[in-house]
Amino acid sequence: MSVAPVELDQPETGERTDIDRPWLTIVWNDPVNLMTYVTYVFQRVFGYPRAKAEKLMLDVHHKGKAVVAAGAREAMERNAETLHGYGLWATVSQDA
Amino acid sequence: MAGFRATSGGVSARFAKPEAAVIRDLVQQVIELVGPAVPAFAADELDAIVGMPGPEQDAPGDPALARLLPDAYRDDPEAAREFRRFTEPGLRSAKVAAARTLLATLPPEGGRVRLTRDEAEAWLRSLNDVRLALGVRLGITSEDDDLYGRVPRDDPRRIHVDVYHWLSYLQDSLVTALS
Repeated sequence: MSVAPVELDQPETGERTDIDRPWLTIVWNDPVNLMTYVTYVFQRVFGYPRAKAEKLMLDVHHKGKAVVAAGAREAMERNAETLHGYGLWATVSQDA
Repeated sequence: MAGFRATSGGVSARFAKPEAAVIRDLVQQVIELVGPAVPAFAADELDAIVGMPGPEQDAPGDPALARLLPDAYRDDPEAAREFRRFTEPGLRSAKVAAARTLLATLPPEGGRVRLTRDEAEAWLRSLNDVRLALGVRLGITSEDDDLYGRVPRDDPRRIHVDVYHWLSYLQDSLVTALS
């Protein structure tokens, strides 16, 4: 058995071609949004069960941020747009 | 006031006239804050006609507005501008629509307010926008901020501290009633 190389040089097309690293929706802690409200929004937007929504909310609260979804860039941008509609501080980035 | 409670068809709360006046005033201010910045975004007439987003924009200079319309990319200004270009007009419209729903369901004279779940959702978003804007104006930077200790009793912002805490209680009761 062999192990795939960890890194390869990217082809220089000028486009983002790195499809292996998923895109992430990140929610950042802020001092105003209520914990109960953030849990509610995670349930409502992502359909997460209450326990998962609460755990993510607590991650945001204690760690300063949490990855709340991963996938295609367009989907993560839609998440951020939706979360901004609820007043959450959400950003998009590619997994490091 | 006792906050919201669940009813068979949605949620309900009672507001005294001064309470309704305070909420309506703040929600109106949010509408003025986030209301579409038409001239800046319709710089290209053709774009405006075909409903295309305007030129790429940086985050708003007003910190309260910047908090309501945040950057979606932290370390990529170009991507942040592109995202803003395509989403900000819709985001502004959605916030105004939620605020208008609240105004349409909260009589100026107060009284018993009964909301469907959809209306309650608009209230949640709108109350949150008001709290976010108040939070910026009050300079809240931490959950542990002791506003009552920090803002003296004779400070003109003191009334906003009371209102902020009251709206937090109200929003929390609304989340609970919807859960």
